[in-house]
Formats: sequence, C-alpha cells, structure tokens
Amino acid sequence: MRNFAGAVQLEELEDTPESSLRVVFETREVTRTYRMGEVDVLALRGTSIRLYEGEFVVLIGPSGSGKSTLLNILGALDVPSSGDVLFRGQSLTSMSDSQRTRFRREHVGFVFQFYNLIPSLTAEENVALVTEICDDPMQPSEALDLVGLKHRRHHFPSQMSGGEQQRVAIARAIAKRPGVLLCDEPTGALDVKTGVLVLEVIERVNRELGTTTAVITHNAAISAMADRVLSMSDGRLADEHRNSHKLAPHQIEW
Amino acid sequence: MRAIHRKLLRDLWTLRGQALAVAAVIACGVAISVMSLSTLKSLSETRDAYYGRFAFAHLFSSVKRAPQQVANALREIDGVAQVQTRIVRDVTMIVEGLAEPAVARLVSIPDRGQPTLNQIYLRQGRMPEPGHGLEVLVGESFAAEHRFRPGDSVQAILNGRLRTLTIVGIALSPEYVLQIRAGEMLPDTRRFGIFWVPTTAMEAAFDMQEAFNDVSVSLMYGASEAEVLRRMDLTLAAWGNAGAYGRDEQVSARYLDDEIKQLRGTGLIVPIVFLAVAAFLLNIVLSRLISTQREQIAALKAFGYANPEVGLHYGQMIGLIALAGIVPGSAIGAWMGHGLTALYTTFYRFPLFHFSMDVPSTLTASLVSLAAASAGSLSAVFSAVRLPPAEAMRPEPPPKYRPTIIERLGIQSWFSQTARMILRQLQRRPWKAALSSLGIGLATAVMVVGSFGSDALDYLIDFQFRMAQRDDVMVTFYEPTPSTVINELQKLPGVLQVEAFRSLPVRLSFGPRHRRLALMGLPDHRELFRLFDAETRQIDLPDSGILMSEKLAELLDVTIGDRVTADVLEGRRPTEDLIVTGLIRDFSGTNAYVRRPVIDAIMGEQSMVSGAWLNVDASEQQQLYATLKTMPRVAGVTVKMASIQTFLDTIAENQLRMRLFNIAFACVIACGVVYNTARIALAERSRELATLRVLGFTTAEVSSILLGELALLTAVAIPAGLAIGHLLAWLTCLTLQTEMYRIPFVISPFTDGFSATVILLATLASGLLVRRRIDQLDMVEVLKNRE
Repeated sequence: MRNFAGAVQLEELEDTPESSLRVVFETREVTRTYRMGEVDVLALRGTSIRLYEGEFVVLIGPSGSGKSTLLNILGALDVPSSGDVLFRGQSLTSMSDSQRTRFRREHVGFVFQFYNLIPSLTAEENVALVTEICDDPMQPSEALDLVGLKHRRHHFPSQMSGGEQQRVAIARAIAKRPGVLLCDEPTGALDVKTGVLVLEVIERVNRELGTTTAVITHNAAISAMADRVLSMSDGRLADEHRNSHKLAPHQIEW
Repeated sequence: MRAIHRKLLRDLWTLRGQALAVAAVIACGVAISVMSLSTLKSLSETRDAYYGRFAFAHLFSSVKRAPQQVANALREIDGVAQVQTRIVRDVTMIVEGLAEPAVARLVSIPDRGQPTLNQIYLRQGRMPEPGHGLEVLVGESFAAEHRFRPGDSVQAILNGRLRTLTIVGIALSPEYVLQIRAGEMLPDTRRFGIFWVPTTAMEAAFDMQEAFNDVSVSLMYGASEAEVLRRMDLTLAAWGNAGAYGRDEQVSARYLDDEIKQLRGTGLIVPIVFLAVAAFLLNIVLSRLISTQREQIAALKAFGYANPEVGLHYGQMIGLIALAGIVPGSAIGAWMGHGLTALYTTFYRFPLFHFSMDVPSTLTASLVSLAAASAGSLSAVFSAVRLPPAEAMRPEPPPKYRPTIIERLGIQSWFSQTARMILRQLQRRPWKAALSSLGIGLATAVMVVGSFGSDALDYLIDFQFRMAQRDDVMVTFYEPTPSTVINELQKLPGVLQVEAFRSLPVRLSFGPRHRRLALMGLPDHRELFRLFDAETRQIDLPDSGILMSEKLAELLDVTIGDRVTADVLEGRRPTEDLIVTGLIRDFSGTNAYVRRPVIDAIMGEQSMVSGAWLNVDASEQQQLYATLKTMPRVAGVTVKMASIQTFLDTIAENQLRMRLFNIAFACVIACGVVYNTARIALAERSRELATLRVLGFTTAEVSSILLGELALLTAVAIPAGLAIGHLLAWLTCLTLQTEMYRIPFVISPFTDGFSATVILLATLASGLLVRRRIDQLDMVEVLKNRE
C-alpha cells in the first residue's frame, strides 16, 4: 500500500500502466467547502485522481470521506472551491452553469442511493424523461430490457421493490448512452441479494457498452469487482490499488 | 405527451385540493372583474349608441316661458348644432289602484314625426295623433310598474282641469334612461311617470301657443360647452331661465355616469384583494411543493435538465392552476354579469340592453391573474431553479428553532409543551404566519365590505327619513305661493302639522367654482325637517348666513366663514352674497339652506312658499290624498314611506343576492387560506406528528398542535380583518361617493359579528378537513419514508 499525497501522486500516476489509456476524468488538487446549516464543512482537501476510458472504478471510504462530493464534482453537479477538473482534457470548472447542464445531458449518467425516481412517473416514463432531452438515446424499453425490467415498465416507483427501483434508475442513467456512469451507493439501501442484482447490471453496462463507471460504496467487498479501487479518507485520496483479478458480482460476499 | 408533462399533470392531481382552493380564489377575482368590466362595457356602449342614435341633447335649460323666436337666437350661437324647444310640465296624476296622487311629467313632441333631439323609441303601440282627444306615450318603467298597455288611460290635472290621457304607446327616451325627478334621492317608478304629448295638445292645455318652457341643444364637434352654456344663459335670461346645464347635471345621464364609474371601481379594486390572496396561496403551496421535490429537481438537473426547463415546468403548473381559476371565473363572471344586466334593465331603460362579454377586459383580467399567480410563485420557482443539484441531493438541514420570547422571559412553565411547540413554529416562520393571518383577515374584510352596504342603507334611510326629514307627505306648488296657504293645508283632512318651505333656483359661486341648485328657505321653527352637522348634532339656521352640504362646500372649495355669491335664476334675478356659517351632513345631492325670511328679503317678497311638509294622521290619509289630487296649485305630492318602500322592494332582492355572493367569496378565501395553510403545516410536520403518535400522543393531542396554530392565526386574523374591513369600507364609501349620492360609513356590530362568525365557521370546516387527515396519518409509513 502506498500513501500518495498531493502532486507527488500525479507524477507517480504517469508511470502506471493506465497511462497508455485515454484519460476521461482528471482532478487536480480539488477542494470543496460547504456550509451546512451553521457550520462549515471541508469535504475535499485537495484530491487528485484520474479515471480512464472504459474502466470500472470503485471509490471506497467511510461516511464523510468526501466520496460523494468528489462524484458530484465529476458529474458537474457541484463545482470545486479550488483546483481543476478536466473531462477529456476540457476544464469543467471554467464552464458556465448552462455548459455544465449541457455536459451532464450529453455525457453523464447518474445512479443515486435513494434512486431519485420521479414518483409520479412510471418506470418507462422515468427513463423517457431523460431520453427526451438527449441525442441518439436508446428506446426506454430497450434500456429497461437491459436491466431486466421490461415487464415492469408501466409500474410506478411505489409499486416496485427497492432493487427494481434502482434498476430503473440505472436504465434511466444509461439510456442516453453516457460516456460515464456515476453511481453513489447504488446498493446502499438494498439487501445483499438485490444489491448483487443491481451490481450485475452495472457491471454488464460497463462491460457491454464500455461505459466508464465509478461506483461509490462504503462496502469494501464491492471493491473486488473493480478494475481499480480508490480509497478516500478525510477528504483526501488515501490509497489506490488495481485488482489483478476481478470478481463477478455474484462471487462477492458481504 | 412528454414524460415531464405527465409528471406535471400527476403532481397537479396529487395537489388537487390545494390547487382547487387557489383556483377558486382566482376564479372569484376574475368573476368580479369580468362581471363589472363586461357590464360596464355593455352599459357604456349601449348608452353611447342610444345617445347617438336617438340624438340625446348635450345642453338643457328650462325657462318660464319664451316665444319660439328665441330658438332662432339660440341657433345663432357658435357651436350650437341643433335646438329643440319643448313644453315640459309636471302635473298631478290620478292612477287607478294608487291611493296617493302621482306626478306625471308631460313632455311635448312634434305632432308628426320625431323631435330633432331626445328622440323617442316606441316599444309598443303607435305615435299619438293630435286631435284625437289627449293621446300620449307613456315611459316604459312607469308603464311596467302599473302594467299599462296601449288603450289604457290615466287622469291628470292640466291647468286646473281634470283630463284623461289615453295611452297609445309605450316609449323610451335617452333623456329618461333612469326615471327620477331632479332633487329626489330615490327613483320612484310607481309615482313618477313620463308622458309624451303632441305639441298642439300641450300648447292648448297650458296656454303656451308659439311658446316653450324647455330647450335642448346639441353641440357641434369641438364646440366649447362652457362658452355655449354662457351664451345660452345670456340669451334666455330675459325669459326666466333657470340656468343652462350639461349632461353632467342631467339627472338620468348623471346617474348612469356614476353607475359606470362605480362599476369601474368594483371591477378594478375588488379583484386585487382576491388576486393578492391567490398569489400568497400559490406562494405557500408552491414553496412547499418545491421543497418536497428537492430531490426530484436534483435528479432532473443531474440528467441535464437546464434551469429554464425546470423553471418552465413549475411555471406551467402555475399556469394550469391559474387557468383552472380563469376559465370558470370568466364563466361565473359572465353569468353574474347577465344577472346584473337584468337588474339594471329594471332601473335603466334602453331600447335594447344585452350583456355582452367584454373579451379585452376578460383577457386583461386573465393576464393580470396569471401575472399575480406568477408573482406569487416567482420566489418559489426561482429557488427551485437556483438550487444547486449537489446540495439538493442532500436532505434539507433541520429547520432552525430558537427559544421563543416566553423562554427568554422565563415564563415557559406557564405554557404546555403543545403551546410551546405552536409558538416556536410560529416564531420560526413569522412572515408566513403573518401572511396566513392576513389571508384569513382579508376574507373577514371581504365579508365586512360585502355586508356593510345594508347597514349603510339602513342608516341612510333612518337618518334621512326618520331623523332629518320627518314629514309624511311633501307637497310642492307650481309657483311660489303666499304663505297663507299654510292655513289652507292645515285645514285639510288628517293634517296634523304643516311646515312650509321656499325653494329658489340659484347659481352658487365661489371664485371660479359654481353649482346650480335649489336654495331652500326653511321656517325658523322646524320639527319636520331638521339639519345635522358632521357630528350628527342638530344645527340651527343662522340669521342671515347659509348652511350647506359638506359635499357642496367641497365642490365649491369653501369653508365656514367664506362668502359665496348666489345668483337667483328666477323672477328679477337678484344677486346676493351669503356667509357660510355651517356645514351639514347629508347623503344625497348638494343642498344649501337659509331661513325663509332671507329669501323673502333677497326676492323682495312678502313670505312666499314653494311647498310644504305635512305630518298626517294615518287614518285620514286616503281622504287627504283624494283632496290633494284635486288641488290645482299642487304640482306634486311625495309620500315618503311609499317611496322608501318602492325603493327597498326593488333593491332588497339585489342586496340579498350580492350579500350571498360576498359570503361565498369570503368563504372561498377563508377556506382557501386555512385549508392550504393546514395542509402544508401537516405535510411539513407529518414526521414530527407521527413521531408524537408513536410516542403515545392521541390524535386529539396531535391535532391540537396543528389546529392550535391555526386557531391562534385565526384569533389574530379576525380582529385584524375587521379593522381592514372597516378601512376598506371607508375607502369604498370614499370612492363610491358622488355628487348625487354618498354612502354613510356605518358598520353595525351585527355585521362585524356575522363576518367573524362566517369566517370562524369556514376556518373550522377547513380545519376539520385537515383533522381527518391527521386521524389517517400512517405512523409507520411516515417514519419509514425519507423526508
């Protein structure tokens, strides 16, 4: 295990095998401070990472380690307080709000812990909500088929189990054929069996569509299915390692 | 349909109760606006067309008697287009089935064809022909009141002779859209009728061959009315001119103008209250919706929905709610407009008067409603748009509570836990609490403003006819008559008391301002006609000065101590300066009073009178009327109670209807505010309330937290609302007051109590609706769901 800090970490990365792959995301010394109610929270304290084309990355770390903040910044849901974020060489930090919206619309698929489905829309309509605003999307039914829920397409979120809802959320995220799929605790609210089902769908999307995938979890077991595992702690990247052998989701136990 | 639109419709469906409550408030505002503005447009367009098509004159004057050649001199005046001379006389009329004498105004028309000005619309029958006895046309409102048809007849005393007038047709004229006598406060369609009589018959009856006593003039386009009036007065001065005047002083035209002005006021001012409430309601409903949809908004944004799209989404929701108010509101407004128009047709007589929906003002009302709705929700929508998606992902930070004033004062132990929760909740959102209170208060105010009209009317009738004018019958004479007539009147059957007055046409002026009016000379000792000052204290007439209506003083811009000039418009037309010694309180017309000897002195007369007030023994009333009908010098008899009754009969139904509307409107506001406030409070705090239920609180205890808050808001709102209501009523009196008519600012305790009760009941009903939801609160479900 190596403990990288700051700029040293970037230089080290240059020599890793991934340098031959195309860099999708690169963050440079990113910090983020929040005001939560009446207190300031330093969520990121200078984080530099890279994500490469088509890889499956798992971000692990305890609550409050800055995983979600980092993911939100990668997805242009949030902007860093300082530092820079590049997507395929283009700076996200210099983008205007509407450019960031455009970026999300074209390139990013999100999956959230609590699914964030629109309760008033059916599964298919939730997917359509996204396909209606982007170019060259999948058919909503095709996306639902991909997550094995075509038969549930006319059901409302309240009529589906948590796992089904999360799979709808994944279908919604990938229907636009995004460049990156960002998942924040996708199994956090699910039991083991259902969680495995959801992870299989994510793994399949990564494998079959070649979508660069970043999954946040505080469940260390899940990291076994990643190409690369980034550990976060206290707003910094604490550790990084590459799995020589990836496990399939059903092989994972927790 | 796009998925986002489905979301819109389904969200609206979930919100249907609250959305409907808001839409109902908008509907009320739109309805009142459409009703008033459309009726206004129908009325003013009908009036303008009628005036134009039937050549309603611009200027009017009456003289004692002038030879026809004088008309030529009038035609010579620059700016005069046409001149119509006439003979006009008020006579006593005997109508079958009517005990008291009535007044017929006889107006001459050419023997053949239409007059050049003030033409006649023949509703029924034919034009009268000279030489067939006394054929006449009768005015429609009088005919309708007495169910006259062509072929019927009435009797009238013409120049001392009882004659039969045969009705051959029923007619209307732009001059008498409203058939009211100058100087009277209320139209009395039962006892005052217009009759049109061929000129030769009039000339013969009144010995007016080749002469006239009334003239109407139309102006050329661009002529100066003031200049023509001045020249007319000069030309007619030698013939007993009572002063020329324009449409602004023509009674019927004046009433119509005032009505139109009042409609405009109602159409513009009242809806503002409703739209303000609607805006506030939309604000709270939408703010709440957006805060519950924080995460949905975040998701939309995460997937690339841009701010304008999110804004538009909620904007469309506002638009649909507004539309749900505007469409039925317009329909209700049109329906009410039909009703109001129908009511008007009983007062105002037009050849054709239909309600037509005024599309531009309906559109304007709709746009204003939409704008109000948008303004109300702007901040909520803006906060939805502005919400950074990453922040929206996180649940809202817990609401900030602080110790309230009672903790700071250290008296918290005086209050129960429940009371403290209520107080903290109110303190945390003081603006929202204040606005909710204001909303309920406005509903109370609408009740007060809508109901105080009958208080004002009661007071007005009581003041005018019981305190001030205490006569039973007023008799007027054709000409000033020596005061010895008082003795004659005294001897009539049933007469208990007689007080005679002298009425003198004058032009009162002060600086550049002037008014034509009948200066009243009153006897020193008065029981039947009393004057009151602004504090309703009886006021005595000065030895030599003049008392006048506060309104007249305002119009002339005089105060006590100023010296006004009275140009007499009768006899040898003297001029006299009079010092204003006091102002009196009255509610109709512009009046001025002096002691009768003052007029005698001005005119150089020996105690002349123009009429008298009588106090009558009710049992001998019929005999008195019968005698009065035959007295040649009597021009008119006004039976006070009878006129009041006729008026009240006409308006009572209308008053009741308007009151019901107002109650409905106020209830809509009160329910809208209370229901929405309660629903939102419930939604915001369902977790808290469910937690309390889990901890063992009963539904009653839990309800008391929520409903207690509402009760507190209502308790503050009602007194505040009554105060606002009094203020609005005062403003209404101020804006609706005209020279003709002033509404006294009087609100009875009953009205206050009634308003408060209705609002309390509406609040209670809305509270109970929400209480049902508290009973149904699913503890487990609420706690399981992430807020």
